[in-house]
Order: sequence, then C-alpha cells, then structure tokens
Amino acid sequence: MSWTTILLVAAGAYGFKALGLLGLGDRKLPAAAERVLALVPAALLAALVAVDTFSAGRSLVLDARAAGVAAGGTAALLRAPFPVVVAVAALVAAGIRQLVG
Amino acid sequence: MLGAAVGVFGVAFGVLATTSGLSVAQACAMSVLVFTGASQFLAVRVVADGGVPAAAIAGALLLAARNGVYGMAMSRVVRGSHGRRMIAAQLVIDESTAMAAAQDDPAARERAFWATGLAVFVFWNAGTIAGAVLGRGIGDPAALGLDAAFPAGFVALLLPHLRTRPGRVAAGIGGTAALALVPFVPAGVPILVASLATLVGLRRPT
Repeated sequence: MSWTTILLVAAGAYGFKALGLLGLGDRKLPAAAERVLALVPAALLAALVAVDTFSAGRSLVLDARAAGVAAGGTAALLRAPFPVVVAVAALVAAGIRQLVG
Repeated sequence: MLGAAVGVFGVAFGVLATTSGLSVAQACAMSVLVFTGASQFLAVRVVADGGVPAAAIAGALLLAARNGVYGMAMSRVVRGSHGRRMIAAQLVIDESTAMAAAQDDPAARERAFWATGLAVFVFWNAGTIAGAVLGRGIGDPAALGLDAAFPAGFVALLLPHLRTRPGRVAAGIGGTAALALVPFVPAGVPILVASLATLVGLRRPT
C-alpha cells in the first residue's frame, strides 16, 4: 500500500469525524439516511468475508479457506472469544493443507 | 476489559497489515492517523487482493462515514477550546460514543468520552505495533492458515450486525453481489458495489 493511499484514508476519516463534531454540530440526519449508514458495516463486512473466503484474483475458488472460515464462524456463533475464533480458523485451514498438500 | 479486547484487535490488524505487504511504519501510521478499525482492515484487504487504491480509499471512507454521525452526537458532549475539540474529533469512534451515550449527566458523558477514547487509542496502537512486528516474522501466511483466520475474524465482527432483519438482508445481498461480480470487474470494485445493499435501509421499518 502506498503512503498516498494511507494519508488519503487518514484525511478522509478525520474529515468525517471533524465534520460531525465541529462542523455540523448537534443535529439529526433524516431517519432514512441514518438507517442506510447503520447498514454499511453489515454490507461491507459480508462482502469482505465472501471475497476473502471464496476468491483468488478474479476466480471463484473453494479451498481450505472455506473450511477454516466455516469452523471459525461456528466458533463465533457459539460466542467463542475473538482469539479462539481466529485460531480455530487458522488451525483447520492449515491442517487441511497439511493433509491434502 | 475493553482495553484488552481492543489490544487483541490491534494485534490482529498489525499482523494482517504486515503480512499483506505494509511496512511496520505504515501499519503504525494507519492506526495513529486513521484510527477507525473497520476502515483500516478493509483498506488493507482490498489492496492485498490486488484492488486499485481508489477502491481501497472509497471503501474505507464509506465505513468511516458513520463516525460523522457519532461526531454530531458528541458535539454537545465535548466542550472546551477549539484545539481541544480538534483533538477530541480523532477519538470519535464506536466505543467512545457508546460509552459517553450510556452516562446520565453531562460531566460524566464527557469524562467517559475522553477516558474511553484515549484508552482505545493507546491499546489499539500498542496492539498494532506488537502485531506488525510479529507479522514481519511470518514467512508464508497461508501455511499458518492466516488467509482463513482473517475472514473468520471478520465474521466475528459481522455477527453483531446480523441481529436485525435489515442487517441480515444487507449482509446477504452484499456478500452475494460481491462474489457474483468477482470474475467480471477489477479487484476491490465488488466490495464497493456491495455497499449499495445498504439501500434496503431506505425502507421504513415495519
């Protein structure tokens, strides 16, 4: 990642925070706008999970990652703490690669 | 308690960043200057997947926009000089806003905002440094299963957003649309197009 990208993200992120705190002040957005903004993490995180699990470059693939993410996701559904979720996913994916590869 | 949890996410970000090609200095600069976790994770992943910088920047800023809404809510909470409020702006994030909003009187709200914001800032950055250095020592992330660990970690972050029906619909459409587009558009673009799924929020809750 280039420094330019990092600095542009930093400037934009601070810009939103400052615009709210210093610029717009205490007012309400239209309710529909608040509902749409509240859904951004759901839509983008789901897209990130899907792309990071099932794609390699421009191809859709089904490999050890899918099993790892399924195992980690199950741990998360069972309310396992974050480090456990991540470790379960890594172990399952690495284990399958050991067995198959 | 909150600090420890934030520290763990910071370590995860540091490892992700340096195993995705960022230098330790770049990982640390992001956590100090951007200081909003989801945007940082998304930008690093989009670039690592081969996405164009514009897609990484646009995706990160879509996620950062909610901090503007938090800032409006906090504009009455944070008082003092302009300089003090400019520093406070950097600390406007999920955690500081939620903790401040949970207090009853104005003084306690402002105390909670600063205490939470500063604690998260310290733990997030300390975790990032540790994780970035750790990640530097990892030769092949796939051999350790890290390429599965990161999306699984994002699942953990996603689950709280699936408690509501609009959240589940937006996630379902966003995830499906992104995958469907992968073969046809440059990397990074599928995730941006998935953000259109948030428009289901235009429907009034019934």
